[in-house]
Amino acid sequence: MDCNRVFVSKVRRLIVVFALFSVFLGFRATAFAQADTVAMPSGEVAAEAVHAEGHGEEKKEFDITSFIFHHIGDSHSFTLFGHGEHGFTLHLPVILWAKGNLVTFNSSAFQFNDDGKVVVEKGGQKFAMAHNKIYYANETADAHGSYVSHTTNDKGEEVVTNARPLDFSITKNVFSMLLSIVVLLVVFLVVASSYKKREGKAPKGLQSFMEPIILFVRDDIARPNLGHKAGAFMPYLLSVFFFIWLNNMLGLMPFFPGGANVTGNIALTVVLATCTFLITTFKGNKYYWGHILNPPVPWWLKPLMIPVEIFGIFTKPIALAIRLFANITAGHILVMSLLCLIFIFNSLWIAPASIFFAVFIGLIEFLVAFIQAFIFTILSALFIGMAVEDHHH
Amino acid sequence: MDLLVPEIGLLVWNTVAFLVLVFLLGKFAWKPIMKAIHDREKNIDDALNKAELAKQEMARLTSQNEELMKQAREERDHILKEAKALKDSIVNEAKTLAHTEGAKLIEKARIEIENQKKAALAELKGQVSTLSLDIAERVLRSQLDDKAKQQELVNNLLKDVELN
Repeated sequence: MDCNRVFVSKVRRLIVVFALFSVFLGFRATAFAQADTVAMPSGEVAAEAVHAEGHGEEKKEFDITSFIFHHIGDSHSFTLFGHGEHGFTLHLPVILWAKGNLVTFNSSAFQFNDDGKVVVEKGGQKFAMAHNKIYYANETADAHGSYVSHTTNDKGEEVVTNARPLDFSITKNVFSMLLSIVVLLVVFLVVASSYKKREGKAPKGLQSFMEPIILFVRDDIARPNLGHKAGAFMPYLLSVFFFIWLNNMLGLMPFFPGGANVTGNIALTVVLATCTFLITTFKGNKYYWGHILNPPVPWWLKPLMIPVEIFGIFTKPIALAIRLFANITAGHILVMSLLCLIFIFNSLWIAPASIFFAVFIGLIEFLVAFIQAFIFTILSALFIGMAVEDHHH
Repeated sequence: MDLLVPEIGLLVWNTVAFLVLVFLLGKFAWKPIMKAIHDREKNIDDALNKAELAKQEMARLTSQNEELMKQAREERDHILKEAKALKDSIVNEAKTLAHTEGAKLIEKARIEIENQKKAALAELKGQVSTLSLDIAERVLRSQLDDKAKQQELVNNLLKDVELN
């Protein structure tokens, strides 16, 4: 009963936050509508436009859509500051599995080109990069000097038709995620060692900062949903919680170690949701499967309920993956859109309002970073709890 | 839309990295941390329970002490009461004894006095008789010449003797 009360108050708080959030999502839609009116797909222009303010290149038309998608997407290089050859960029290694051969080189070989104009020949194969993806290059360049073929799909978007090698590169996302793992390992191994050193004593320093959060995960996330079985799943839940939270926060950082949109990438959320899915599937007991394959409903409802229940096994992790991805990506898009208002109106006078709203949304994003980590963890705990529950209602 | 199609490379890296993270943290961080937290909570619980027990023991001892004090006080009162009763009985006994002894002494004294009185009377009687004989002798000696006077005197004397 006590746990339930805590949970209810949390849910209420979440509802308030989500109400606020949905208001801003509505706002985002209008920002997008404005953006679409000025959209004119061109990767180079978008990339240049990032620094239009500083370089006085106002004459170029600003493509907000590709600018934002460039930001939230993955990349083979990590720009610390400046732009292109004028700035400082960390070129990340490219690792390709191309037609049975392992091909590695540094992404600096593309010389900042992102529309297939630079061909890298390695291991007897030619590669070109377009829109931050690596393709097998054509033998000859087209009229624009690009070694990749473009076509326009039915939505009017320009897409590259060339084949792609399997790309295992250390991209911006991979780099950022590995960095977050290193940070997590260092932090929690230090915390663990201070628990060993100060056995039975009150926590101190980093340990006392982390302990309330660990206890929050245990007492407010794991125990209400898993009961006495919480202990077995604590390592997974704690790892997921801190991993998502740290990556959300790193994503909000506008400069170097952060800035990558790790948790806003479907590849990561799919992996996390799959872990939860595998745990619920393999740890599920006979009551769980009994509930799915023989739901406690009148016999004539069973033909309807059984497919629904089986469908439910898959929709739950899919919802988990989409929720985290959509929330974080939406937050990034929102902040970028607000900042882009300056370029859309092409006026410095809009900057104060734009920055005010961007900071405001940024602060809400800090909250969302925590809330999304919390929601992912509590829903994982809930699904696992449903799968391993002893008694049957 | 590009966004919704996961990149194979990212999937592989994320899977490997996340599983390694869960494994390493689980083995070297969460396990000792959760154990330490659990142990400490248990310790605190134990300590609180022990404190509670000690408090109860303390209360028990206090009440026991009070009980003992009460008993001791009762015993003391009892002993005092007994002593008082004993004293009273002794005094009473002594009084009774003194009375009876006194009575006996008085009785003895009375008997003695009686005896003495009797002895004195007997002696007196003896002396009176001697005296009487003496008087009679003197009277006889002085007044023996007058017969009438002799008679009168004898009569008077005899009268006196009879009065005695």
